[in-house]
Amino acid sequence: MPSLGGDLDAGTLVEWRVKPGDAVKRGDVVAVIESDKGAIEVECWEAGTVEALLVAPPAKVPVGTPLARIRGEEAAAPPPVPTGRSPATAAPPPAAPPRVPAAAQGPPRGRVLASPGARRLARERGVDLAAVAGSGPGGAVTREDVERSAASAPAAPSPLPAPEGAKRTAGLRRAIGAAMARSKREIPHYYLSTRIDMTRGLAWLAAMNKSRPVEERLLPIALFVRAVARAAVEVPEMNGFFIDGVFRPSERVHVGVAVSLRGGGLVAPALHDADRRSPAETMRALADLIGRARAGTLRSSELSDPTITVTSLGDQGVDTVTGVIHPPQVALVGFGRVSEQAWAEGGTVSGRPSVVATLSADHRASDGHRGGLFLAAIDRRLRSPEEP
Amino acid sequence: VTKDEIRRTVLRLLGEVAPEVEFASILPDLDLRAQVDLDSFDLLRLLVKLKEVLRVDVPEGDYRQLRTLNQAVDYLADRVPA
Repeated sequence: MPSLGGDLDAGTLVEWRVKPGDAVKRGDVVAVIESDKGAIEVECWEAGTVEALLVAPPAKVPVGTPLARIRGEEAAAPPPVPTGRSPATAAPPPAAPPRVPAAAQGPPRGRVLASPGARRLARERGVDLAAVAGSGPGGAVTREDVERSAASAPAAPSPLPAPEGAKRTAGLRRAIGAAMARSKREIPHYYLSTRIDMTRGLAWLAAMNKSRPVEERLLPIALFVRAVARAAVEVPEMNGFFIDGVFRPSERVHVGVAVSLRGGGLVAPALHDADRRSPAETMRALADLIGRARAGTLRSSELSDPTITVTSLGDQGVDTVTGVIHPPQVALVGFGRVSEQAWAEGGTVSGRPSVVATLSADHRASDGHRGGLFLAAIDRRLRSPEEP
Repeated sequence: VTKDEIRRTVLRLLGEVAPEVEFASILPDLDLRAQVDLDSFDLLRLLVKLKEVLRVDVPEGDYRQLRTLNQAVDYLADRVPA
């Protein structure tokens, strides 16, 4: 069971998407778990062949528990010796030995094609998706199929219902509270703010958007995320994790994007390698990430590995966001709304669109001087969005 | 396509973006974003859906002409291809 972002300590395995004998490679989705952050697709960490599924769904499993045994590619030739030791697992090294005996293994289920809406409905109605004939594209199960199936058969009580609605929101609220309390208890925050002239940034966006169909248009947040990612390359003390009393900078920049959920609560999944994406690529990735965060279908790596976080509350009319760092990260940048303000330059005052960027940073990893350089780098990037 | 059909389409697509919305409570001449919790991503999604269904691509410069439900219906009614 992979880390679910440091604030959740368990998830419910609901579906296997592989079976023993299947070949897998790093990044493949092998299972689906339910958590207070929605459904999460568990990615494989290793390449090899699935040898055994160690947990039968549905089952609530603590983070760190091995879910499956995968035989590595190089060790593929000899038949496995049942020593009880796993050559490789689909999860990070376990904190405790596997708690699920082999006898508890259920029959592995193949992947059932279904829309997120249909999956949700199926859980609500206690319908087994595998038993529903799909009428959608590629035989996918649709909401209507689930409705029909639920209407024709008495709903079987689900042995372990996944968290839904109010219950999930309450669970997520507890998780956020625990992470934020830990942050305020452990992280000596310092805060720096600067107002950034967005005249050129907005003009550049408007020019880009003029020639683009609506589905390809960019929003200012794409520039914010990219500016933060590029600035994090210049000032690496803002990017990484503080673990076991030591700051470990990250070579890659995975920007966590705070996404509010319609039912309440918030998740901050990672936009991977945000420093290497063009503004258009950033926007496409953001739209995909935010859409999946709200639909409740994130991937495990997106929850476990953001190296710095961006939060933007401009749409709510907020001027400044002084955020709380998400441990074990060491920095968070908050953006308020882009609004026209009186701006004095060269002895004259004019109205200009501007935005306040606020850095919350961990004093164990950096000082205000470096934080100031980081904000200056963000400022420079936003003033020259065409800069690669 | 009648204005009534366009209005129903707009509301249906709005419901896909913001499922918690109660259509009956929307005042058609009041700013939509003052009544429905829509961020800029939600609005963009709504515009993409409108384009898919009604085949009207609203240029960015025209966004302010669709602030209320009635404005949006009028704007789209003028541009929906026959």
